[in-house]
Amino acid sequence: MSRTRLLLFSLPLLAFLVMGYFFLRALNSDPSLLPSTRIDQRVPAFTLPSLMDARAMISEQDVKGPLLLNVWATWCPSCKVEHPVLNELSKNGIRIVGLNYKDVREAAIKYLEFNGNPYQENIYDEAGDLGLDLGVYGAPETFLIDAEGVIRYRHVGVVTPENWRELLWPKWQEMGGKGP
Amino acid sequence: MIPEIGHFAIVMTLILATVQAVVPLAGATMGNERWMAVARPAAYGQFSFLFVAFVLLAYSFVVNDFTVSYVANHSNTLLPIGYKISAVWGGHEGSLLLWSLVLSGWTAAVALWSHHLPTIVSSRVLGVMGLISIGFNAFLLFTSNPFDRLLPDFPPDGGDLNPLLQDPGLIVHPPMLYMGYVGFSVAFAFAIAGLLGGRLDSAWARWSRPWTTVAWCFLTLGIALGSWWAYYELGWGGWWFWDPVENASFMPWLAGTALMHSLAVTEKRGVFKAWTVLLAILTFSLSLLGTFLVRSGVLTSVHAFAADPTRGFFVLVFLLLVVGSSLLLFAIRGQSLKSESHYDLFSREVFLLVNNIILICATGVVLVGTLSPILFDVLELGKISVGEPFFNTTFAPIALVLMVFTAIGPLVNWKRHNFSVLRSSLLQALVISVVAAAIALWTFDAGWNWLVFVTLLLCAWVVSHSLLDVWKKIASAKAGVWAGIKRLSLSYRGMVIAHIGIAITVAGIAMTSNYDVERDVRMHAGDEVDIGPYHFVFEGVKEVEGPNYFATRGFVSVTKEGDPVALLTPEKRRYHVRRDVMTEAAIDAGFSRDLYVALGEPLDDGSWAVRIYFKPFMRWVWGGGVVMAIGGFIAMSDRRYRIKVRQKVSNVATGLMGGNAA
Repeated sequence: MSRTRLLLFSLPLLAFLVMGYFFLRALNSDPSLLPSTRIDQRVPAFTLPSLMDARAMISEQDVKGPLLLNVWATWCPSCKVEHPVLNELSKNGIRIVGLNYKDVREAAIKYLEFNGNPYQENIYDEAGDLGLDLGVYGAPETFLIDAEGVIRYRHVGVVTPENWRELLWPKWQEMGGKGP
Repeated sequence: MIPEIGHFAIVMTLILATVQAVVPLAGATMGNERWMAVARPAAYGQFSFLFVAFVLLAYSFVVNDFTVSYVANHSNTLLPIGYKISAVWGGHEGSLLLWSLVLSGWTAAVALWSHHLPTIVSSRVLGVMGLISIGFNAFLLFTSNPFDRLLPDFPPDGGDLNPLLQDPGLIVHPPMLYMGYVGFSVAFAFAIAGLLGGRLDSAWARWSRPWTTVAWCFLTLGIALGSWWAYYELGWGGWWFWDPVENASFMPWLAGTALMHSLAVTEKRGVFKAWTVLLAILTFSLSLLGTFLVRSGVLTSVHAFAADPTRGFFVLVFLLLVVGSSLLLFAIRGQSLKSESHYDLFSREVFLLVNNIILICATGVVLVGTLSPILFDVLELGKISVGEPFFNTTFAPIALVLMVFTAIGPLVNWKRHNFSVLRSSLLQALVISVVAAAIALWTFDAGWNWLVFVTLLLCAWVVSHSLLDVWKKIASAKAGVWAGIKRLSLSYRGMVIAHIGIAITVAGIAMTSNYDVERDVRMHAGDEVDIGPYHFVFEGVKEVEGPNYFATRGFVSVTKEGDPVALLTPEKRRYHVRRDVMTEAAIDAGFSRDLYVALGEPLDDGSWAVRIYFKPFMRWVWGGGVVMAIGGFIAMSDRRYRIKVRQKVSNVATGLMGGNAA
């Protein structure tokens, strides 16, 4: 049995072991937890255009809460599932700022016209710069930001009536948010 | 009492799975016939107990037993009975029970239809499937017991099933998908049994083939159903999102397609053995990987079940054990596999190898796109998300190249082929394809698009080659057309049909993604919109009440040149229990187009946001999938798979006995 042949036939195993190592690491780094450097830190400095008006600029000064910073995009199916919940929250006086992430402006505007607009303001992050600074893993994600502009909590995945009631609402009250 | 019996049944299945794995495998190693004979009864017993558990869980749903935590979380007294039953697999625990049930069903089927195999082979195959069952039954019992009770404080009513899942499509989608996913475990078990025995030959490939094909057919149907469901239920007209969970079902499909073709070569020519075994391992590993991705929550997705690190860890360890040990076995035993024949560069063997390479490239692209967020995260290169643009730009060209070879492969002879003989029929088909694609695009009359033209050309290329080949075969039979068709083997007919199915799907995808028209409009009652020849009138809305929801129903009448086409009634539903708002699209489906209307938000001035789609050839996307599955079912029913092969393989069996052939 030649040595090269043995090596060749072991390649799939080696490749798989490398993959397995990554999975193990990924499992330990729970994606729903923000890297500790971000929690209880201010929203990173940025200047980005508004979605609705390309000339109006938004900066970290405009993201002082209590508010929800919701990362969304038209290419993200889960965001569509979440959207009615956001509409409902917004009707009940919860302030939501959108971070429209790596999206096409026209599509995003049409999307809001069709599905309703729960956002008080929308940051248009075409290149995903702010998303990168925030450590956004994917869409949707929702950050709880307090009156000082400090990130208090990060929620990965869809906001549902249940997890709002059980998880996010207590945290929202904790940081002085009002609402239903 | 009922849930306890169910719980007990799951304990029994775990015990029986262990027996089914350990005793026959040990028996096969030691050549003990009695031990090997344990495999069949253990497999039947395991299936019976899981079936009982499944029926009891369904019963708990039907009688609203909210002391069972799983029922309380996924049902409600108002839920219609059909959805109560489909709610059995509407959550993590229940869908895992379904998974185990399907696995034991496949095992029982193998036990039932493997009497023509040498005992040592069938007992090894059943033993390997028992090993897989141990993993899943333990997962079910220790981390995801669907019969856990909420005692003494149980809720008076349940939390209801996610409204997205309250849909007829969802009743059949998961069982179909699991039949496919899990079905690949049979091919996997055959491959491992072959490696253990140290001998893989064309008889082995012939045994694996029908099982692989059936699993592939179910997976094809499952994926098509899932896409169809997303299309009408999610309410925004998309039908494929490259979502991690969709990819998780698509990767085994691609690898399984490669496996089917590679098995054909191994059966007919006795070559590519190591490659075929590796594909069998890969295909089932990708099914397991899909489970891991969905259950562990390492990737976020619209389908994601409750993320739970313990469950993720369990599946990961299981994945590492199963895949790691089978690849180790492959590394040790695979090297000794030798080709039994030779072939030229221009031969069907090589064309099928090219087909395999392309399919594996496609699998690789999807795998990279799905896993790169994890990779970047772990390497601390920042978090990234890979979206549709990546997949569309990388996958589409690969798929188109594959079409070129799909057409030619079946025409080329095994071993060697004279290219000059083929040249004239290639030219013939090329001319037919160019003309057909041009006429199709010209008739459709929505502007010239080169990409669509090339895609349609390739679809016509596949179809014309298939039909020309059929025609040549029939014409060479002197006894007339019908006799000629009857002379064609079922597996050949199946292949032709499946290839035409691919062409149908690809043509549908090309047309609908390039020529769909989308209009988002605000409409007052009486407002009108025109799309092409279709005239849409918004007649207004009405409040209606469903069994467990209130709905606002819109009325949109459609006419074409004055003739009524349809009255579409999209709804916006608000479910009582979970307070979710769902958009129920209204669709008028047709052979050449779908008309799709969804109701958006009410606007301040009393008008409504309405979304209207014109989707040409939408049905072809799924129709092609159904045709592919039909082709697969026809191919696997070829009688040569059912011929008693005992005599033929008696010498093979002796080879398998000598476990140390390597």
